[in-house]
Amino acid sequence: MDILTWTYIIVGLTFTLYIGIAIKTRASSTKEFYIAGGGVSPLANGIATAADWMSAASFISMAGLISFMGYDGSVYLMGWTGGYVLLALLLAPYLRKFGKYTVPDFVGDRYYSQTARLVAVVAAIFISFTYVAGQMRGVGIVFSRFLEVDINTGVVIGMIIVVFYAVLGGMKGITYTQVAQYCVLIFAYMVPAIFISLQLTGNPIPQLGFGGTLNDGTYLLDKVDGLLTELGFIAYTSGSKEVIDMFFITAALMVGTAGLPHVIVRFFTVPKVKDARKSAGYALLFIAILYSTAPAVGVFGIYNMITNINGQKIESLPTWVQNWQKTGLITIEDKNQDGMILYQKDKVKNELTIDKDIMVLANPEIAGLPNWVVALVAAGGLAAALSTAAGLLLVISTAISRDLLKNALAPNISEKSELLYARMAAIFAVIVAGYFGVNPPGFVAEVVAFAFGLAAASFFPVIIMGIFSKRMNKEGAIAGMIIGLIFTLGYLIYFKLMNPELNNKDYWWFGISPEGIGTLGMILNFVVSIIVSKFTPPPPKHIQDLVEEIRIPRGATSAIIH
Amino acid sequence: MNNLKQEDHSRSAYWRANIKILAGLLIIWFISSFLLGIVFVKELNQFRMGGFKIGFWFAQQGSIYVFLLIIFYYVWRMNKLDKEFDVDE
Repeated sequence: MDILTWTYIIVGLTFTLYIGIAIKTRASSTKEFYIAGGGVSPLANGIATAADWMSAASFISMAGLISFMGYDGSVYLMGWTGGYVLLALLLAPYLRKFGKYTVPDFVGDRYYSQTARLVAVVAAIFISFTYVAGQMRGVGIVFSRFLEVDINTGVVIGMIIVVFYAVLGGMKGITYTQVAQYCVLIFAYMVPAIFISLQLTGNPIPQLGFGGTLNDGTYLLDKVDGLLTELGFIAYTSGSKEVIDMFFITAALMVGTAGLPHVIVRFFTVPKVKDARKSAGYALLFIAILYSTAPAVGVFGIYNMITNINGQKIESLPTWVQNWQKTGLITIEDKNQDGMILYQKDKVKNELTIDKDIMVLANPEIAGLPNWVVALVAAGGLAAALSTAAGLLLVISTAISRDLLKNALAPNISEKSELLYARMAAIFAVIVAGYFGVNPPGFVAEVVAFAFGLAAASFFPVIIMGIFSKRMNKEGAIAGMIIGLIFTLGYLIYFKLMNPELNNKDYWWFGISPEGIGTLGMILNFVVSIIVSKFTPPPPKHIQDLVEEIRIPRGATSAIIH
Repeated sequence: MNNLKQEDHSRSAYWRANIKILAGLLIIWFISSFLLGIVFVKELNQFRMGGFKIGFWFAQQGSIYVFLLIIFYYVWRMNKLDKEFDVDE
């Protein structure tokens, strides 16, 4: 059977599975819609968090990004895993003990202020929308590449699927579909990686294979270092970023991860405080399987590209190169007309352009795996994109129905109508996200940096101080959040949107790139909050008691009823 | 009244013990990623483990494994601490 038929079969089967699960686990109360009734096992929640976390970008683009960045790509590996340590140790158990449904819930209650709640709602909606726009685009791209439909058609198909299970199932439906989606995506990622590792290094474990030796006895990494320096690039294992920038980007990604509302909310869904801790461990375990494989895939990819294409005759290229040339992901232009391909850092001489996504997408063909594996990678990419989009859409709909309507504008609505509003808000959010998927703002790639920077500069400090300081009051928290947000957003907009031509080390403050500025925003938030709180009255007694209460695990099940 | 005071006392002792565990683990978290993977990466890259330069390995592999160990140790340690102070669920 050909690849397209296989793709239709496998993608069709997985979608049927997701919809089946959604129907079986649909939510019947607001508690089920917002936090899956608080009854998800730590293992299932860990798997669901991993699927929620790993987006189309993690699945398709990250390995390729690393293969072109080499050591510099480590910021993503450390940044997007290290945040789970912060979540497990500093946030998850206490927020679970707090026992409400959303991040703005916590901010609003802990800081006894509707203003604080509203700032948090706006930040949550803004962060989630910037993030989800890219996901819907990702769904469209995967569809168009594998099912040979138009990108916009792909976005619409994705919207229909997501509406179906996010609207029907709420958090409960999403959680169990994400468990299934994780299984699909990790299988699709690992099978080609294992085979390529075996082919190149004789070791079936990619994490070890990429430190292993090639057939000629040289170490793979040394070989790649040599090949790249020969072509004018810097060695793979050394970087070009400044230490301070590496430091700040990694910190911003870690802290941003721990401050993203769609990640935090997952820890509200487990029954007990100790489950929240354990669940963060499981989440990182399942994320680490992919994240520790990705750098190996990156090295294998760059090695295969260079050795299979550079210096080869154009008419004798392997068939997979010819296939991917048709999609435009590999482009070859014989500038010096010698019938050979030259890969060079020098842009004038270089004849080969490779899209980063190819490192994962072309793997099954490079490894000579059967067609159904190629189809599986398509299903994996879709699973990654859909699971993340669903998690984000749920945060947006919850922010609207619970934080805005129930807790601020219309506190008297019944549970039944709140559930209805939650569903309507989910539909609304999907439509807006779909609109951005069809008409992507020119800066889709840039907006992910926005989401992390803003989460780092707003939520993380406010939640940490809400737990670890009894003295922190509403004045401090609100001032800190607003200053942190404005500073970070200002820096990002200045360099990313207004003056992209100035976006280089010579103009950055202290040599910190916009990707890392969230760290400075976070520090600023902490400093401003602490200073402002020193000059304003301490929080009332019942708030100090609340802080005492969330620090102690016992009594978590009762906390949820209030 | 006496009872309540005692409870307060044990609660703050629990919290201090918790902070101590957190601080220790966060130091390890910081060392394994920011120091070994970023700040001292050049120095560490002079040493090798098979095909890996050590600094590079920490940045792309080692730090992730350390993160995992930190969380699972924390889970185990906190469960023990909860029981010691009789605040477990």
